[in-house]
Amino acid sequence: MIRYHILICGGTKCENSDCKGVISALEDSIKHNGLENEIKLVETGCHGLCLSDPNSIIGSLGTVIVVYPDAVTYAKVAPGDIKEIVEEHFINNRPVKRLVYDEAINGENLFSLNETPFYKNQSRIALKSCGIIDPENIDEYIANDGYQALAKVLTEMEPGEVIKTIKDSGLRGRGGAGFLTGRKWEFAADQVSDKKYVCCNADEGDPGAFMDRSVLEGDPHSVVEAMAIAGYAIGADEGYIYIRAEYPIAVNRLEIAIKQAKELGLLGNDILGTGFNFDLNIRLGAGAFVCGEETALLTSLEGNRGEPRPRPPYPAIKGLFGQPTVLNNVETYANITQIILNGAEWFASMGTEKSKGTKVFALGGKITNTGLVEIPMGTTLRKVVEEIGGGVPNNKKFKAAQTGGPSGGCIPASLIDTPIDYENLSAVGSMMGSGGLIIMDEDTCMVDIARYFLDFTVDESCGKCVPCRIGTKRIYELLKKITSGLGEMEDLDKLEILCNHVQTASLCQLGQSAPNPILSTLKYFREEYIAHVKDKRCVAGICKNLLKYIILAEKCKGCTACIQVCPTGAITGEIRKAHIIDQEKCIKCGACEQKCRFAAIIRR
Amino acid sequence: MKIIKIKNIAELNAYKEKAKNKFAVKENGGMKIIVGMATCGIAAGAAPVLEILNEEIKSKKLENVSVAQAGCIGLCQYEPIVEVFESGKEKITYVKIDAKKAKEIVNSHIIGGRIVSNYTIGEAIKNL
Repeated sequence: MIRYHILICGGTKCENSDCKGVISALEDSIKHNGLENEIKLVETGCHGLCLSDPNSIIGSLGTVIVVYPDAVTYAKVAPGDIKEIVEEHFINNRPVKRLVYDEAINGENLFSLNETPFYKNQSRIALKSCGIIDPENIDEYIANDGYQALAKVLTEMEPGEVIKTIKDSGLRGRGGAGFLTGRKWEFAADQVSDKKYVCCNADEGDPGAFMDRSVLEGDPHSVVEAMAIAGYAIGADEGYIYIRAEYPIAVNRLEIAIKQAKELGLLGNDILGTGFNFDLNIRLGAGAFVCGEETALLTSLEGNRGEPRPRPPYPAIKGLFGQPTVLNNVETYANITQIILNGAEWFASMGTEKSKGTKVFALGGKITNTGLVEIPMGTTLRKVVEEIGGGVPNNKKFKAAQTGGPSGGCIPASLIDTPIDYENLSAVGSMMGSGGLIIMDEDTCMVDIARYFLDFTVDESCGKCVPCRIGTKRIYELLKKITSGLGEMEDLDKLEILCNHVQTASLCQLGQSAPNPILSTLKYFREEYIAHVKDKRCVAGICKNLLKYIILAEKCKGCTACIQVCPTGAITGEIRKAHIIDQEKCIKCGACEQKCRFAAIIRR
Repeated sequence: MKIIKIKNIAELNAYKEKAKNKFAVKENGGMKIIVGMATCGIAAGAAPVLEILNEEIKSKKLENVSVAQAGCIGLCQYEPIVEVFESGKEKITYVKIDAKKAKEIVNSHIIGGRIVSNYTIGEAIKNL
């Protein structure tokens, strides 16, 4: 009696040459087990499952066989699998689970994040193990080549070679300014001193940015290992990680990582028997944005109020406690082990002429896919917005992208083909910054955005220097005036002059870069400023003082729903007759607009 | 693994090999489940998901299945994210998982070999 019918594709067009091998292996095995009378082999045409189209989402399914009566489908069957299928399934009646093809994995469905456009367009170096390994388990880090880079530099490389490798890779600081990391290390290495320090800037403070937090929460050992490598390169035996107290999970995982590394002897004295000593400490920052600036960070590390000091001397010459110090950002460190293991050329092969490697961005705002993305330098903004980000939701138009947070600027839609790297972003009046990337749609008011960022910098200015302390406040007041509908045309000129002064005269980058959000929006969206000033209009419908809620009489059904939600009793009208909003009483809360089912209430 | 100091490269490499075996997804139906447990994931409710997965795997005595936490998987709006790795197969990404869905995944996918397609990333994208 035939127990099983086996359908196998014998299609001649099929390019899976394995099919023939599978068929003959099946025939042999059936014969060998004496199953000729129980199993019938049927050669069929194409099952339509073996997607050999290279553009298909899941790639080839290889040779497919279907076993009836249960229609168990095996995919990617190789001749070597036949013995197992025959013995397990046909004789013991246990389908071979590992080969079973679930309807799940067919071309129309995709089940793995790796196959989505969000993920496919990324290249992960700094985030290589983030989201894959258990960050609280050093064993898993070691299993994935962890501490191999440290072992390599300690046993095979002179400190000078390490610095040369980092220099040749072209790695630049990922904290914003983009200084060549290898050069920084070289300056510190060249100093003669019996005490040097390696520090890590994990004081990530830009609104909307969480790259460093994610690296520390997902792969803390990569930073620990890289700091030890930096220590070896410059001749330091001690390091500090300065991290915001607002990142409790990252702090906790770093503590665990350092403890585990010490227990295994990968931090401490005589690491791997090479005589190299290196120890790490964690210091918590209290959340002052200015402490992300390097001199302010070091001042805070020393136990003082976090305020910047003039440079030079640069930290590499005179840093923490007056000693030569290398201070790098978390993401910069996260690239180091990969550069050591794969070589400078490998890293330099990615990116653009002057910006090598990749950059991690925290993608947010009016975008379909919000998240953490790592892309090669030189990827266009269009690719990030449209492919990785999945476009702007709700059929709205892309208006601008904000990079660099309060220190950066807005890139307008007309420049969406700008390749993202240090040079190009500066050229369009923005900056790389630490990697916040906020997407804005047509409902975003650019003047209001500038006001928002200035509000932030006014709060965060440390107050040490006058241009930043008073200048940002005056800029903020002007912006507030414009968004309130009281602006005059001469305010725009005043803004520009003031911005230039603050930019050139401030002590540290906080003040120097604070005007960027205004200058870039003034450059690309000047007509929006003018509309606020001259026409007293906010096109995006954001600035409350400039907008009115109006009921369109022709659309209003007179249902009274808006009347019931209005908190100030500003709406009047009889049932089934068009209602009216009393502009004197209206506080522009928008409750009526949300409640109206007929789209009869609009902002103008 | 027992904590002993790693004193040289040979010992580091030996340690690495041991660790590799420990974390490799076991062949012949072995699986590894990871839960994104960065701040974003935890805020979205990943902690109880991890807990229930651990309990289920333990109570059902699924010895060649392991459960672990990981850092940020990257897609904020889909947290909590759970990924299932099986040797020789593409991983499966489940999104917006809660304790109830996690149980279903164990029963259907981990034990029965049937992917719960409704909870996968592909389905979530379709329904955008």
